[in-house]
Formats: sequence, C-alpha cells, structure tokens
Amino acid sequence: MEEKVLRNVLEINDLVVSFEMYQKGFRKKKLEVLHSLSLDVKEGEIVAVVGSSGSGKSVLAHAVLGLLPKNATMTGNIKYQGELLTPKERKKYLGREIAFIPQSVDYLDPLMKVGKQVVGVYSSKERQRQLFEKYQLKKEVEDMYPFQLSGGMARRILISAAVTEEPKLIIADEPTPGLNVELAMDTLRHFRKLADNGTSILMITHDIDLAFQVADRIAVFYAGTIVEISPTGDFLAGGKNLRHPYSKAFITALPQNEFQPLKGTQPYAGDLPEGCLFAPRCPKAEIACNGKIAMRDLREGKVRCIHAT
Amino acid sequence: MSMKKGKKILSECIRMVLLLVAVSIVAFILITKAPIDPLVSYIGTNSTLSTEAKQEIAQYWGLNDPLPQRFLTWAGHVLKGDFGTSITYKKPVIEVIKSRFLYSGILMLLAWVLSGVLGFVLGVICGLRQGGIFDRIIKLICFILKSAPTFWIGILVLTVFSVQLGWFPIGMAAPAGKLAADVTIGDRIYHLILPVLTLTVVNISEVVLYTRQKMIEIINQDFILYAKARGESLWQIVRRHVLRNIALPAITVQFASFSELFGGMALAENVFAYPGIGTATTAAAMNADVPLLLGIALFSAIFVFIGNLIANILYGIFDPRTREEAGDA
Ligand code: SF4
Repeated sequence: MEEKVLRNVLEINDLVVSFEMYQKGFRKKKLEVLHSLSLDVKEGEIVAVVGSSGSGKSVLAHAVLGLLPKNATMTGNIKYQGELLTPKERKKYLGREIAFIPQSVDYLDPLMKVGKQVVGVYSSKERQRQLFEKYQLKKEVEDMYPFQLSGGMARRILISAAVTEEPKLIIADEPTPGLNVELAMDTLRHFRKLADNGTSILMITHDIDLAFQVADRIAVFYAGTIVEISPTGDFLAGGKNLRHPYSKAFITALPQNEFQPLKGTQPYAGDLPEGCLFAPRCPKAEIACNGKIAMRDLREGKVRCIHAT
Repeated sequence: MSMKKGKKILSECIRMVLLLVAVSIVAFILITKAPIDPLVSYIGTNSTLSTEAKQEIAQYWGLNDPLPQRFLTWAGHVLKGDFGTSITYKKPVIEVIKSRFLYSGILMLLAWVLSGVLGFVLGVICGLRQGGIFDRIIKLICFILKSAPTFWIGILVLTVFSVQLGWFPIGMAAPAGKLAADVTIGDRIYHLILPVLTLTVVNISEVVLYTRQKMIEIINQDFILYAKARGESLWQIVRRHVLRNIALPAITVQFASFSELFGGMALAENVFAYPGIGTATTAAAMNADVPLLLGIALFSAIFVFIGNLIANILYGIFDPRTREEAGDA
C-alpha cells in the first residue's frame, strides 16, 4: 500500500446493538449482541471481519446499512467519509455510494428477472449489460429468475448489482458461502480489483483463509465485539505477531499452524462476563481484566486487551 | 412446455368430469333417500287421483325401478341436455337455472370484485403497518365479521339501511308489483346494492386477513432488506417487489374462494328475497323439487370447480418457478 495517509471511508465507534426480546411470559429483555465495537475501513482497503458463524457478525453489516429490525436499539456512531451516517444521510448513499453484497440469492426477488434487479432503481440497462460482460455473464442470464442461477452466476450477479454506481464502500456479508475454492477465489479477485480501483470493502466472513487471500487488515470478532485489528501479514506469520490472546489462540488452532483448539466456548449474549469478554478462557486473565477494557493502538494495529504487547 | 401445460389442463378436465359424476351420484342418493315423495310433491297432497293412476305415473317416471337404473335414466337425459321440469316453477330446469344464475352471477361478480379489490388494498396497508392502529382496528373488524353468520350480517344490514334509514328496498330484484317490462336498470341496481353490500362484507374479511398475512410474510423476506440496502424507497419496494410477490397468491385465493362466495350468496339471497340461485334452492328444497335440486347441485359444482381450475392455471402461468418445473420435468 502507498504511504500517503488514507482517509477513513467507514468509521464505527463504540457501536452497541441490542435486541428487545420477549422472554417467557411478557417480560421484555434486552439482549446486547454487539458490544462497543469499533472499526474503520480506509480508502481502497479491504478489511475482513472474521469470527465464527452465528456470532452476530451480520448484525454489524445490518447496522451499517440501516437494516436492523424494529426491536433493535443502537448506540455509538457510524461515520461515512467523516460524516455521521444518520438515516437521512444513509438514504442518500445507499445503492449509490454504499453497496451491499448479501450472502445468497435469497436476497434477490424470486419473481423478478435478474437483469432488472441488477439495474435496480438507479442504474440502466446499458450499464447492466456492460457489467454482465465484464463479469462474464451471458446475455441470456438477464432474463433468468434467481432460482435458475448457479452459485457462481449468483455471486457475479450480486457483485454486478453492487457496483453499478461505482460505490465508494461495499459491505459484503459472507460473500462466498457454498462456492468451491475456484469460484470463491474468483470472487475475491473481483474484490481485490475493486479495492485497487479505490473502493473500500468491509468483508464479513467466518473463513479466515479467505481473509488471508485478499484482506489488507483483519478484524477479529469475538462474542459481539472486535478484539483485534491487525495487518494481514501479522496473521500470516502465525500467532506470535498478533496482539490479543484470542487471536493468537485462534490462529494457532488453524490446521496449517499447530492445530491446537482453544478450550471453552464463546459466551452467550445474554450471559456476558463483566470487563473483558475473553476473560473466562484467557490464560493471562487477572483482576484488572474485569474492568472496562478499551480499544487501544498497538504496533500497526489495534487491540482490546490490557496485556497485549 | 405447452405440451405439459396442455396435459395439465386435460387432467384437470378429467378430474372435473369425475367430480361431476361423484356430485351427481351423491346428490341423487341424498335426495332420493330424503323423506320426500316426488309424486306427492308433483300432484299435491290432497290430490284426488286414484291409486292406480298414481301407480301408472310412478311406473311411467320409473320411480319403481332400482336406484342405479333411476340414476342412469336421469344421467342419460342430462347428457342430452334435458334436466327435466322444475315442479316449483313449472318450467324446464335448465331455463330456471339460466335466469337464476344470471341474477346470482351479477350479485356474486359485484361482491367478488368489490371484496377482492377493497380487501386486497386493506390487507396490503395492514401488512405494511403491522401492529399500527389502523391494522389493529381492521383486524378486529375482520375477526368479528368472520365469526358472524351471513344471515345475521344480512339482517343487520337490512335493519339498518332498509328499516331504520329507509334508504334501500327491503328485498327482491325489482319493485314489487311492477311489470317486468317496466323495470329499469336503475331499479335493478337499487335493489342490488344491499345484497351486494352484505355479500361483500361477508367475503371481505377472509381477503383482508389472507392478504395481510402474506404481506407480513413477504416484507420479512431477505429480498426486501436487500431492496432497502440498494436504496429503494418504501413506495418503490411496494411497487417493485411487494405487489409482484403478493399478486399471485391474492388472485389465486380469490378464485379458490368461489365456494365460500357461493355459500354466502345462497344465504344473502334468502335474507333479501333476491331471485337468484340461493332462493331457488330453498324453494326447490321446500317443494321437494328433485329435478331442480339436482340441476342446481350440478351447476354449482361446475361453478366452484371452474374457480379452482382458474386458480391452478394462474399459478402455472404466472409463477416462473412452476413454469420452469413444468418445462424441465
Ligand atoms: S484483557 Fe485480560 S482477560 Fe482479556 S484478553 Fe487481555 S489478558 Fe485476557
């Protein structure tokens, strides 16, 4: 990457998202799923948010895109190009400057031809055709319905739909599920190209290997917050260059490394420890870890741990 | 693809024929087993005819034949288009049914379109604003209407608009005592309003609740989230995705609801003494008018079946998914 100081295209500060749930009977309960999560994505950068499936990563994408359900409450702030992303601002940017690549074709209208869906409300037929050509989709595909698409076609359709207006920021939620390695790599190459042309990409995935392939930085998502953000190189070097005990353990557990699994499970959102969320499983845990732990800069990255070096 | 569709329609038609045969048999058995004597109802209870003469008529009509043979005789005539003569109206059954179906048809068509369109619009709004005050009020009204019997609603409408307010005539299809030739279109419409209103009210709750339910299902789908994420406004989402996805089930259920519409119609007609199929059925039943009852049973079955057939075909034509399956299979 170039040396010049890059602007933050997306900046998330202390984002807390909770859902109001009805428990047995009529008692309402607040379930906090994201806990003071902070993250930033710079111009032309791919940041991968990596965490195990079902840990609430999608909520992060939905929060940025304003897709949270009615029973969700949100505090903290989300900034786009330095501006607070209010609902009104968001309306201005969604579909034009900010694009979303969803997980699957279920996100396409089952009764609308895909060509028309790629055009959406802002683009044109010409642009759609141009993109189909670019992503090697045959012309007939525009007249197909989503259920007729193969996995690879669906991916390229969703990417086409995202880039019609040449967005500055793309949020991709699990962009490669169910694809074979080749197709997944293909998708990632498209991402890399987009990023090299200046688009920022926030990629949410459970697959760290994918993140290794394209991401500039990797954010480790644990129990509803991000515990470490570091350059991908630090991850590739194995656990020793990482900052947070969880990321270290997580990387060590990979098959290509020592394959040492981490004992215990992630805490449930309704039953969180005070202070550091990783404390129950952390070998270095001590009393001080029960206090509030802030995200801090450390070497080229950021970490949420008092002991990290 | 068209081969498949042709086959499907053909098999539906075969089903229809089988259904008609079944309906005729069941109706025939039920009516002949009922404690009514067609002979008595034909000649009247205090007839002076001798027993021999009665026997002769019974013999001539085939009333003494075994049941299967009687059925075949009737069915044979029906196949030639002869439904017999109505005892009640002293006219060929087919003529009675024709004129009565015309009256009922107008009534049903109007109520069907009104409840369909109005119910759809209300259902869509309720679904979009689920849990809002409008939704809750409409839902409550629908539940009340749904659980209220048709004749009760009919009588309520009648009491309020005809008796209390005096806005509309109490019943019939035309002013009493006016010659058929003098009856104007205005008269007819004037007399139609209350029955149509009643039938619409009876029918509408089902449409609203169904549309609302579908609506909620659809707006909670991921593709609505995606449309939002792509910058579509609420109106654009409704126009581009919601209506597209809800139209098919809504239209289908409209056709499939023919049978309920038919039942409601029969009751509403009786409340308003409207001269349609419903009142004819009652009259026929009162008079043990076997030929007319059988004819009505048959035609009603055809009517309801056609509704279902249209519903099935619509799905086949308009849903790309079933269209494709038909092509692949
Ligand atoms: S803050 Fe304490 S408990 Fe948490 S990861 Fe660091 S050392 Fe472990």
